[in-house]
Amino acid sequence: MKNKLFLKVMAAVTGIALLSGGYAFAAKNITIKGSTTLLPIAQACAEAFMNQHLDVDISVQGGGSGVGIASIIDDTADIGDASRPAKDKEIAKGKENGVDVYANVVALDGIAVIIHPGNPVTGLKNDQIKDIYTGKISNWKEVGGNNAKIVVVSRDSSSGTFETFNKLALDGEKVRPDALLQASNQAVAMTISRTKGAIGYIGMGYLSDAVKGVDVNGISPTKENVIDGSYILARKLFMYTNGKPQGATADFILFVLSDDGQKIVEKEGFVPIK
Amino acid sequence: MKANARRIKERIYKYIFSALAFASLLFLVGITITLFVEGTPLFKEVGFFKFLGGTLWYPTHSEPEYGILPLIMGSLWVTAGAVAICVPLGVGSALFINELASRRTRAFLKPFIELLAGIPSIVYGFFGIVIVAPLIQDLLNLPVGLTAFSGSLILGIMATPTVCSISEDALNFVPKEFREASFAVGANRWQTLTRVVIPAAASGISTSIILGMSRAVGETMTVLMVTGGAAVMPKTFFQPVRPMTATIAAEMGETVMGSTHYHSLFAIGLILFLITLVFNIVAELISRRFRLKLGLGR
Repeated sequence: MKNKLFLKVMAAVTGIALLSGGYAFAAKNITIKGSTTLLPIAQACAEAFMNQHLDVDISVQGGGSGVGIASIIDDTADIGDASRPAKDKEIAKGKENGVDVYANVVALDGIAVIIHPGNPVTGLKNDQIKDIYTGKISNWKEVGGNNAKIVVVSRDSSSGTFETFNKLALDGEKVRPDALLQASNQAVAMTISRTKGAIGYIGMGYLSDAVKGVDVNGISPTKENVIDGSYILARKLFMYTNGKPQGATADFILFVLSDDGQKIVEKEGFVPIK
Repeated sequence: MKANARRIKERIYKYIFSALAFASLLFLVGITITLFVEGTPLFKEVGFFKFLGGTLWYPTHSEPEYGILPLIMGSLWVTAGAVAICVPLGVGSALFINELASRRTRAFLKPFIELLAGIPSIVYGFFGIVIVAPLIQDLLNLPVGLTAFSGSLILGIMATPTVCSISEDALNFVPKEFREASFAVGANRWQTLTRVVIPAAASGISTSIILGMSRAVGETMTVLMVTGGAAVMPKTFFQPVRPMTATIAAEMGETVMGSTHYHSLFAIGLILFLITLVFNIVAELISRRFRLKLGLGR
């Protein structure tokens, strides 16, 4: 009796497996790893894409730009997200492994310099931002604000956001050593919103009412100003692949670049490339 | 036949359990080897003393600096502060639970203190950012509330259950006869406690303190969120600092694999490992010494 039941269950399971086999075995997998900046874009696009292509399964993981590019070099992912261009060293390492680290620009990101909403300062010159971060200016009254110490908040120096900010705003100069370090965009925004004298920088997608984005050289951090190039603290966001994307990976990247995909990019708080 | 089968069964169990016991040893060896293999290349590139004694940490700059002294100091300061908080709290509550509390209070209090140990560190971190840091900022009128002191406070609370639980066990283990003998020669409760019970439990209490220290020095998520993360030599408790663990956690995700920076993070891990190793050896030595002194064969 017991045996019969077992057989019946087995038969049913096998039947289901065979029926669904058409899907299960034809499924294409795409693995995406990398920058946490691109995570919301990658996730939302993956969901939309999977709704249209039922035979494709996409898994999205964070880890950071370094991890994203490393996963292409080590062939542990199909797409490596990065908020910075690959370094020469990384490209060379890819060549050693027989991998062509191929850049696909999928979105733009403006970096907003943010302060506490209660701070009367509304705009800063690029030089002033640089002086604040390198330690030449340490009181808000020197840039037209209250007499209060400036609390400088920066990102961990291996993050893509730091690298871009360091290059675009600081000309590669060292951030003052006593700057606070936060490990994510949200953590920076949270610190700024709770600290009256603080200044920080985040991806424009993370701007909210809890913090105030300042004008840089008189240009406010808006999408329009990033697209027309007038806002200077902006960067490209990449999805790296091994050589030109092919097969399902190519379909996915084309989707991200399509109007639907770019709408998602915009909805997630980033700037479309067109 | 039956006896034989039982013997085989017993032997199988024995192998399974010894394999499990040795598995943890295997992990330890594996982790140690990884730390050495990935960490030591740094000393060729930077130099051991420049690494340990340097005061500037700019690992990704075009002229990189790999001095971790501020990070070591950050860890030590925050840990020292945590010890100053968790020892009175932990040992005090252990004494209360063991000596003064009624059975009912004890049955209620001890599990609750131990429950503190089960709260995930990220929850402590959130608590620190949302409640403690703004409070400290306003109370002390500081420019920013993310300081060594905030970190110490939270780590102290986190380490309290470790200290309390092990101290309480140690107090519990003091033979009843010790107390009875003390009362018999006319000592009062306070004298019995300070001259007999605490010295007898000293090995367990000091072990608990050192384990609490290890917990504090190795804690990562909380210090990353709460201590602010400024890589400078601390001058006061009320400034942001950057402990070693926070540095590794913040920078590991995005560093280029195989770079000097990558190796330097492993080297920090190696130094941290050596620090906790020293803590553990000291704990073992202390507990052995006290045991011998009291002639307890435990």
